[in-house]
Amino acid sequence: MMIDGLAPQTWLHRVPAGVKLVGLALLSVFLLPVGDWRILAGVLAMIAMVYAGFGRAGMARLSLLRPLLPLLVVVSGVQAAAGGWNAGGVVAMRLLAMLLLADLVSMTTTMSALMEALTPVFRLLRPLGVNPRKMALAVALVLRFVPVLMTRWRAREEAWKARSHRRIPPRLVAAFVADILQLADRVAEALDARGFDRSAADRHSPPL
Amino acid sequence: MESRAIVRIALLAAVIAALGMVPSIVLPIAMGVPITAQTLGVMLAGIVLGPRHGALAVLLFLFVVLLRAPLLSGGRGGLGVLFGPSVGFLLGWAPAAFVSGLVMARLKTLPVFAAALVAAITGGIVVEYASGIRPDGDGKAEFAAGFGCNRGIRAG
Repeated sequence: MMIDGLAPQTWLHRVPAGVKLVGLALLSVFLLPVGDWRILAGVLAMIAMVYAGFGRAGMARLSLLRPLLPLLVVVSGVQAAAGGWNAGGVVAMRLLAMLLLADLVSMTTTMSALMEALTPVFRLLRPLGVNPRKMALAVALVLRFVPVLMTRWRAREEAWKARSHRRIPPRLVAAFVADILQLADRVAEALDARGFDRSAADRHSPPL
Repeated sequence: MESRAIVRIALLAAVIAALGMVPSIVLPIAMGVPITAQTLGVMLAGIVLGPRHGALAVLLFLFVVLLRAPLLSGGRGGLGVLFGPSVGFLLGWAPAAFVSGLVMARLKTLPVFAAALVAAITGGIVVEYASGIRPDGDGKAEFAAGFGCNRGIRAG
């Protein structure tokens, strides 16, 4: 439900996630100062070829860009009004190229691979109090909490509708928030009971 | 940081994500920047968790989005959002949650609902839109439309 990657394995899937991330960063640095529309058109054509190489699934991804079209039109229009057609085209093409490239990395890299590629970065941040293990836990918890929260809210909604025809009142939301905060504390207790944070194991309940 | 805090931060990040499933209104006039219920979750994070943890919940949520979970409203996610039109709003979320939490903490003497309302308005609307809409050099406001585009406008 959560993952919208490209189903068939492609050659880009086999490139390590770290390489792809660094490549994306480098490309964005190189693309920014380019002011010639011919170079940008070449880059766009190359990206389009990569997408086309992925077959139908790759081309289907392009349709996800449709909501961004008005933005591209407006941005290039503003630029064209200020600095001529060339400037407008360059800005729109640069934006489009960066969007497509970033999407390319996203759809060919699994979440765990990205997380792994970022572990060295977290290790660098360790002096600032970032703990890679806790970071990974937090990400996993978010992904797990989303469906849990949706189910719990739907159950509340159903319970209300079974009892009343009136609209769902805002105070139901307050009760829901209190409920999920209790849920969070129970999850924390369960984690500590399983030895996630040794130092906190005896913080929850007084020692016997 | 103890696990209780981590789980609460993750919970509020998930609340922001779950609010993204509420259908959003994409106004063409706002140039592809959706008006969503997710901002409500951001304010809630600041109000419930306080400034620091609230901002951390937002950062965690954004991190998960960049890891390409399609949790932004409209099912968007992945590194592409960094170059999308709404990135100014996303950057404004962390300060918005922080300010909401700060205001909430300052208004301890007020009744809870009134305090939460004031906190949500200052944090969510004032700070959020201040970072989403940036004043331009010559005084007129324009939407912050992504790093590439912003720099493009400067350079172009």
